[in-house]
Amino acid sequence: MTTTADPTTHEIGNARTRKEDARLITGRTRYTDSITPSGTLYLAVVRSPLAHATITNINAEAARSAPGVFGVYTAADLGAEGIGLPCAWPVTPDQKAPQRPLLAVNTVHFAGEGVAVVVARTAAEAKDAADLVEVDYDPLDPVLDMEAAAADGANLVHPDLGTNVSATWVFDSAEAGTGNSVADAIAAAEADPDQIVVRRRFRQQRLIPAFMEPRSVVVDPTGEQITMWSSTQVPHILRTMTTVTTGIPESKLRVIAPDVGGGFGGKIGVVPEEMLCVLVAQKLGKPVKWTETRSESLLAAHHGRDQIQDITITAKKDGTVTGLDVSLLADMGAYLGLVGPGVPILGAFMFNSIYKIPAYRFTCRNVFTTKTITDAYRGAGRPEATFAIERIMDELANELGRDPLELREQNWISHEEFPFTTVCGLTYDTGNYEAATAKATELFDYAGLRREQEERRRNNDPVQLGIGISTFTEMCGLAPSRVLGSLSYGAGGWEAASIRMLATGKVEVITGASGHGQGHETAFSQIVADQLGVPFEDVEVLHGDTQISPKGLDTYGSRSLVVGGIAIVKAAEKVVAKAKKLAAHLLEANEDDIEFSNGFFSVKGTDKGKAIQELAFAAFMAHDYPEDMEPSLDSDAVFDPENFSFPHGTHLAAIEVDTETGRVKLRHYVCVDDVGTVVNPLIVEGQVHGGLAQGIAQALFEEANYDESGTLVNGTFVDYTLPSAADLPSFTTGVSSNPATSNPLGVKGVGEAGTIASTPAIVNGVIDALRHLGVNEVEMPTTPQRVWRAIQEAQGRSTQETPVDTHSPGAGLGSIDPNNPQGEVQ
Amino acid sequence: MAEVRVTVDGVNYADDVEPRTLLVQYLRERLGKTGTLVGCDTSNCGACTVHLNGQSVKSCSVLAVQADGGEVTTIEGLARDGKLHPMQEAFNECHGLQCGYCTPGMIMAAIDLLGDNPDPDEQEVREGIEGNLCRCTGYQNIVRAVQSAAQKMRPGAAAEQAPAPVAGGGN
Repeated sequence: MTTTADPTTHEIGNARTRKEDARLITGRTRYTDSITPSGTLYLAVVRSPLAHATITNINAEAARSAPGVFGVYTAADLGAEGIGLPCAWPVTPDQKAPQRPLLAVNTVHFAGEGVAVVVARTAAEAKDAADLVEVDYDPLDPVLDMEAAAADGANLVHPDLGTNVSATWVFDSAEAGTGNSVADAIAAAEADPDQIVVRRRFRQQRLIPAFMEPRSVVVDPTGEQITMWSSTQVPHILRTMTTVTTGIPESKLRVIAPDVGGGFGGKIGVVPEEMLCVLVAQKLGKPVKWTETRSESLLAAHHGRDQIQDITITAKKDGTVTGLDVSLLADMGAYLGLVGPGVPILGAFMFNSIYKIPAYRFTCRNVFTTKTITDAYRGAGRPEATFAIERIMDELANELGRDPLELREQNWISHEEFPFTTVCGLTYDTGNYEAATAKATELFDYAGLRREQEERRRNNDPVQLGIGISTFTEMCGLAPSRVLGSLSYGAGGWEAASIRMLATGKVEVITGASGHGQGHETAFSQIVADQLGVPFEDVEVLHGDTQISPKGLDTYGSRSLVVGGIAIVKAAEKVVAKAKKLAAHLLEANEDDIEFSNGFFSVKGTDKGKAIQELAFAAFMAHDYPEDMEPSLDSDAVFDPENFSFPHGTHLAAIEVDTETGRVKLRHYVCVDDVGTVVNPLIVEGQVHGGLAQGIAQALFEEANYDESGTLVNGTFVDYTLPSAADLPSFTTGVSSNPATSNPLGVKGVGEAGTIASTPAIVNGVIDALRHLGVNEVEMPTTPQRVWRAIQEAQGRSTQETPVDTHSPGAGLGSIDPNNPQGEVQ
Repeated sequence: MAEVRVTVDGVNYADDVEPRTLLVQYLRERLGKTGTLVGCDTSNCGACTVHLNGQSVKSCSVLAVQADGGEVTTIEGLARDGKLHPMQEAFNECHGLQCGYCTPGMIMAAIDLLGDNPDPDEQEVREGIEGNLCRCTGYQNIVRAVQSAAQKMRPGAAAEQAPAPVAGGGN
């Protein structure tokens, strides 16, 4: 997937190496923790070791008198008892949203919640003193199981609310007028011997985004504006929300996201420590820095996923799907995050996926527990939806004795049917599931692997082969503002851009998107180079600082290119229009006779013309310009998309399972994705690789586990097992491109696609390897222990439950060999 | 306080440090070598990898005083006379980085790997950089970069320049 640079080709489609790399590969970086204004003080957080408890006493005497300590503060000491962090997504009018305090007041609601902060001259002194703060607790019963939490009479996380259910959100295609009644479909299927009803429960385990750069905040109150550097995906949202939270006027706040080391949704929030740094910096009149340790990050930064999914699908015996009913429980944790309650709701429109499903209902109950809050994690709602539909399609195929790929094709939207309005009311603009699948099955050798699978089954090979399928689509490019409004989201979905034509012909592009590893500088430079006909190297992309880029809605939901990139195109079109007018004036020609191509404005039929750089200089000099024009080519644009973008693809995994040990090996992974027009194939491929790795990690490796007292038991990188290079294979990626019709570049989002698609491909493959042994379900992550246990149980052998903290592959600091689980009974 | 004398990226330093100071803290907070990053607190992630006396070490797992009398190379000292190390070039050419946070450690670890094994196959690269975590790339392009750098660094591959410095050789 590489193209060679050719001066005559356009930049779009060119596999440019990234311009941002030059700094990153030489250590010339500015991550937040590396920014230290003179006189900076350091903040450390005293955190609760208990999941649920009443604070009976805080003794900070020893900490206050420790060397270098400026102060120890509780919420009361900071006058912050009444301050709650914002939740921007009231999914229902009656959503229950407890105040999410900056520091616990009276009661702690999850292990890791802050109770007090210590401020000292050095980070080490702050941490030393934090250890000296004595907090007395009266333990309360933790609330850990979301199903029990949602039941009547449950122990309550927030007794004032009278319930642990924050909101119940329902979509019914019959009520919406977008489809039939699923209740009718189920009743009909149950009564009809020529139909089938398949019910399954799937579990989306709790995950941790685990960006590589721990979160960090520096607040400098010494200027006219308060400056906040934060390791955030959302500097603009953070500025607005800091005003909402603290009351500091937005105009008195400057927020900078300098180099940010990954986010994956994990840095989309507005977090207590950001606000605490603001309050303490204001109080002391000195810059204040907080940088979390990795353990703090895993414990207290928001988690992701964590759903119980009850799925019912109905179909005719010929394979035609007639209805889909989805009932979810989603664990919010102890409070609501910034967009946490909306994350499962984003999935509501995607369970029907690429299929023509005539009747659909989605019900989600958001539930409080005494755990770390959940919020966006790469894919946010759509991986959960994709997992459920792709797993249940395999289950349906199995029940009907059909090839799972063939059953999918029978039900998916064929390429002639686009644009297609779904049972959720979304209109998919383009797609070609047949083409992507044909290419993927060829790259994968689907038929050959099915033969090998047959052979291994026949030979009773201890290592069985499974073929995992995921034919996904997703909605991304968040989002049309009116749609967000209809979902009660607390912001629009537009993006802003500005282009400044400098006197010397260089171009500054200002974007409200806030990249943190995606390659915005390179991709946006390519777009502008094509639009304005200027050299790629002459384009400078500026972002991530509210003083430089005053307007924006930041980076999440695969929106930077499909919304932010289009805003740049719109701004460039305005630059060209102004330049054309100026060119006509200077060339003494009619504006209609001016042609623009490759950066040159020429008079039709002549060799007279002006380069865009000459026009930029002429506008700067302003000695000669039209009466009805300002002497400037600079332009701004705000783009609000008319639709989501709907990338899709076919992902196939060849999985080997050792039936004697339960070990799962991902042998081969092929995906063919349609992400519309590809601006930079190198960057797209990188996004796909990284997305796949995270989705595969959910299927095979990762889970945040709590013990029975509500303690996170894998709160370090020793036992929260991110895959290393040795845990993953190389992927075979392909492209099947159908340009989007909803934007002028034809682009679709790509940041989340790999993650959304890959998880069910892996799990379907694991189960496909074991189906003939009677295994129909293995919970994620499909560790050797779980797989081995599933085989034993399917064979009628009992196994003994092992404690929750040994489920993760690295749990117990490696002292437990997952290939030899303890306690099995034959 | 303990005295530490150390050469970092070609400059000699003599400092008094708290005995508990980690090498990475000394590099970042005292010497301003902020190119070297911290990603965890359990020596799993490898973001802080530097070379100490020609061997890659996780600088979060070495006390500054243990580096006394030693020579440290960080990501900031890798380029020579404005010329990037072939490994740095390869990471750019192969798109072996996204957010860049693991990159300094990954590059330093990969150079050390090639010192031990100048022509690793894919699996050897994957196992060789197992101690360095990346959340962005899925590793595929990192592996490609390391193998590409290995080709460039083969004896005779780049006759116009002196052999690129590698750590970890000759042990």
